[in-house]
Amino acid sequence: MPLALIILLPLTGACLPALMRGQSSRLLAAVAAIPATLTLLILLSWLPHMAAGGEAVVQRLAWLPSLGLDIAFRLDGLGLLFALLITAIGCLILLYARYYFEGSATSARFFTLILLFMAAMLGIVLSENLLFMLVFWELTSLVSFLLIGYHTHDHAARLGARMSLVITGGGGLALLAGVVLLGEAAGSYELSAVLAAGERLRDHEHYALMLNLILLGAFTKSAQFPFHLWLPHAMTAPTPVSAYLHSATMVKAGLFLVARLHPALGDTAPWFHLVTLTGMLTLMVGAFVAMFMHDMKGLLAYSTVSHLGLVMLLLGLGTPMAVAAALFHLVCHALFKAPLFMMAGYVDRATGTRDMRRINGMWRFMPALMGLSAVSAAAMAGLPLMSGYLSKKMLFAESLQVTAPDWAVVVIPLWVTLAALFSVAYSIRIFHNVFFNGRPIDLPVWPPTSPRAAALSPIALLTLATLLVGLAPQAFYAGLVHPAFAAARQAMVTPYDIAALGGRVPMLMSLFALAGGVLFYHWRDPLFRLHARLPQVDAKEIFDWLMRRTIALSQRRVFQLENGSLQRYLTFIMATVVVLVGLALGGVTHWHGGAALSPLDPLTLLAAVLLCLSAIGVVVFHHHRLPALLLLGVSGLFVTVTFARFSAPDLALTQLMVEVMAVVIMMLALSFLPQTSPRGSTRLRMGRDLAIAGLMGVGVAAFSFAILTRPQQTIADFFLANSVPGGGGSNVVNVILVDFRGFDTLGEITVLGIAALAVFAFTRDLHLKERVVETNPAHWVAEPYPIMLRTVARLVLPIALLVSAYIFLRGHNLPGGGFIAGLITAVALTLQYMAGGLVWAQARMLTAFRPLIGAGVLIATATGLGSWLFGFPFLTSAHGHLHLPLVGEVELATAMLFDLGVYATVVGATLLILANLGKLMTVAGPGEEIG
Amino acid sequence: MELLYALTLGVLTTCGVYLLLRARTFTVILGLTLLSHAVNLYLFASGRLVAGAPAIVGLAERAADPLPQALVLTAIVIGFAMTAFVVVLALKAAVELRNDHVDGENPDEDRA
Repeated sequence: MPLALIILLPLTGACLPALMRGQSSRLLAAVAAIPATLTLLILLSWLPHMAAGGEAVVQRLAWLPSLGLDIAFRLDGLGLLFALLITAIGCLILLYARYYFEGSATSARFFTLILLFMAAMLGIVLSENLLFMLVFWELTSLVSFLLIGYHTHDHAARLGARMSLVITGGGGLALLAGVVLLGEAAGSYELSAVLAAGERLRDHEHYALMLNLILLGAFTKSAQFPFHLWLPHAMTAPTPVSAYLHSATMVKAGLFLVARLHPALGDTAPWFHLVTLTGMLTLMVGAFVAMFMHDMKGLLAYSTVSHLGLVMLLLGLGTPMAVAAALFHLVCHALFKAPLFMMAGYVDRATGTRDMRRINGMWRFMPALMGLSAVSAAAMAGLPLMSGYLSKKMLFAESLQVTAPDWAVVVIPLWVTLAALFSVAYSIRIFHNVFFNGRPIDLPVWPPTSPRAAALSPIALLTLATLLVGLAPQAFYAGLVHPAFAAARQAMVTPYDIAALGGRVPMLMSLFALAGGVLFYHWRDPLFRLHARLPQVDAKEIFDWLMRRTIALSQRRVFQLENGSLQRYLTFIMATVVVLVGLALGGVTHWHGGAALSPLDPLTLLAAVLLCLSAIGVVVFHHHRLPALLLLGVSGLFVTVTFARFSAPDLALTQLMVEVMAVVIMMLALSFLPQTSPRGSTRLRMGRDLAIAGLMGVGVAAFSFAILTRPQQTIADFFLANSVPGGGGSNVVNVILVDFRGFDTLGEITVLGIAALAVFAFTRDLHLKERVVETNPAHWVAEPYPIMLRTVARLVLPIALLVSAYIFLRGHNLPGGGFIAGLITAVALTLQYMAGGLVWAQARMLTAFRPLIGAGVLIATATGLGSWLFGFPFLTSAHGHLHLPLVGEVELATAMLFDLGVYATVVGATLLILANLGKLMTVAGPGEEIG
Repeated sequence: MELLYALTLGVLTTCGVYLLLRARTFTVILGLTLLSHAVNLYLFASGRLVAGAPAIVGLAERAADPLPQALVLTAIVIGFAMTAFVVVLALKAAVELRNDHVDGENPDEDRA
């Protein structure tokens, strides 16, 4: 059976509740239970195989092989143990949520997210590829964020969610870096390869960095000190979430990772120190703080932190027995902590508060719940015959086995005994305080009602499991934990005899902790008073302060870079170009590339000087916009001349037409915009800009000179040789446009059409005339439509259209073609607009410009598609000769049809732009749409 | 000739960039046009400077490189469309913001 199914079932199942919003929690839980139960059954079917010491199963599907990224799943003992834990507790949580959310109409989101979380968590423990695992790792952080912030209207919930995302998400980033280092060092991201490369990894030069990064990821996820902060603040989530994510499963992901990777990274001094010390600190801090918490869920949260520290400590010790104890305790913890959370949820519901100073004496109201919680609390305290007793005894036994370093030999046993004392005390506290300790004080909800018997079923099942583990530890260990242990150690070992472990000393330590815990609880009142007098260090405030500082800092930096000034951005961009390109060009030694310079003739010199002068003139006169615009036109004309001078007749024709159109358009704009630019720039600013511009100019000049004087390697020969036989035309530029590079041209006319449409859309609602400032109308002629121009324009039109047709037809063989012919037509029609006025021209012209653009693009595309009919690739052209009477030999190519599309688009786009801009200037304003 | 061509490009670039850094929309459009002249000429120059040899088969003994010419031809047309678009943007900005400063909000000439 494909392993992917284990993850896919809850993943797809997550959609079901989402589609059933507003349904009762009963129905939703039933629907959500289907994929969860199926997954559980699949996993259980693997249990016999694994319990019998079966091999790990790996299934893969190539995804991005070039990146070493496969969708690969791995099921071994360790994965199966965690997967079973996740799914089984998940099923019970669904059952619990059915009662917890009873009467709530918006629980669909919860069920969707819980299934999503289950899928993500299963992904972590079943991934063979580490990169693939990371995806699921991040997914759990995200789902956790959404679930903590489940009550979106609650400020504290949002803050808690954000804190957990910042911490676990940040850890996820560190983990990503660590895993990449690990994968590169091991040469593969496959778990099998990584685990086998332990020697190489431990000797790797980046071992320390890798280890730190990966552990950072694991510590943040598993709420280890000092990253434990987020876990208590995550208690704003609904209780099923706390019980599932923040006690039984997600926080165990870090432990899973450490257990998984310890054959590859463990057994070194840095590992021992980092993991053990972190575990010790977490164990103690969690236990100590838990003791003094008055909030039920807060106490449970800190006790979870403490137990996570305990497991981490065991994993850090790294002896085989310690790893076995770690896995054993991890399961026990999930079994007794989840029901305690569920209990807290019900009590919270029934009393309306979580404050244990007010909730007392609940045994009168919920005796059944009390009986069940007694077992879980006893297991948490580690009373004899309970599951927690065994794991704690193993911990004590292992702490005595530590032989190095020197400090650890004494400190660790004492430390764990003290922590166990606290844990006994807080276990007694939550049980005794809630169910006994006098009568309830001032409860918001009165009287408290016991949950229904059926609602206790998930608690009862988990309690039963705890009892069974306590009564038959050996069967539990050998059947479930031992295969996981063997998989984690990557070795075959015979199962330990759990019941016979330890000896006298661990038992004494255990008894001491028990007695100490009872005494501690007995004297709690003076101790609480003492604790209240201790200075309060609220880590949350430190965290908030850090967050505020970080946000303020980044905001300042962003505003420094991005203050909304276009000039500033452009200056940055240009200066960056100058610096980067300058650095890159710094190494050029021979600016003259060696090719012979061509001789200079006076006429060219004159044209170049005029071009330069007109460009400089634009700069000098730019405050007076009309002269500047005219000079710009002059420079455009000289660019045209340049093209003509250097054998590019097509370019010269195009540039000429475009120049005319561009000047007309800018002139239109100028009739609205102010006629002058104010002089405002400081001299300093002008100097700086001139320096940047000058440097760019120098760079461009030097660079072009270097290119121009270097021998050319070109692919032009191919085009020159194939133009006639392949494209059926002797004007190679045109053949390239419509044939060789026809696809580019198709894209370009599309862009042209889109730009024109954008102009059309922008001008549609623009009302210029209302706001035009009448500045010195003397600039403009008195007679808007001079009679001479009008007469000439009408005469010119047919001639111009004829020329345009001629240019179009000859384009394939001589300078011309669709672009140029289109521009000529457009200019001729523009002349009519200018001479006769918009209204006059409008009345006499077809103005369906937008359909024309569309038709042009369609014709060009259809021509390209046509070649498919004949089994050729897109835009393959065909050509042939046709003999027509009178006209003579005519050469026809399908490329000409394509060129017709280009022609239509160019005419349509140009006139659409012009007519709409012109329309803005009319007194009537936008009025009717043109085009 | 090559030196002259390169120098002309340098002048065009300098003028274009300088105008681009001014604070009024119309001036920026002028600069943009000059700069696009420079860019087109630069691209064109990658085919080297050849006189009297248009890329037409059978017209002259040698032919200029047709490929940069074809690229520049479409670049000119698209450049025109973009100029038109920027002009409309400038007009729209001038109407909506009631001034023609590039940032649309600050009547002072320069901003830090």
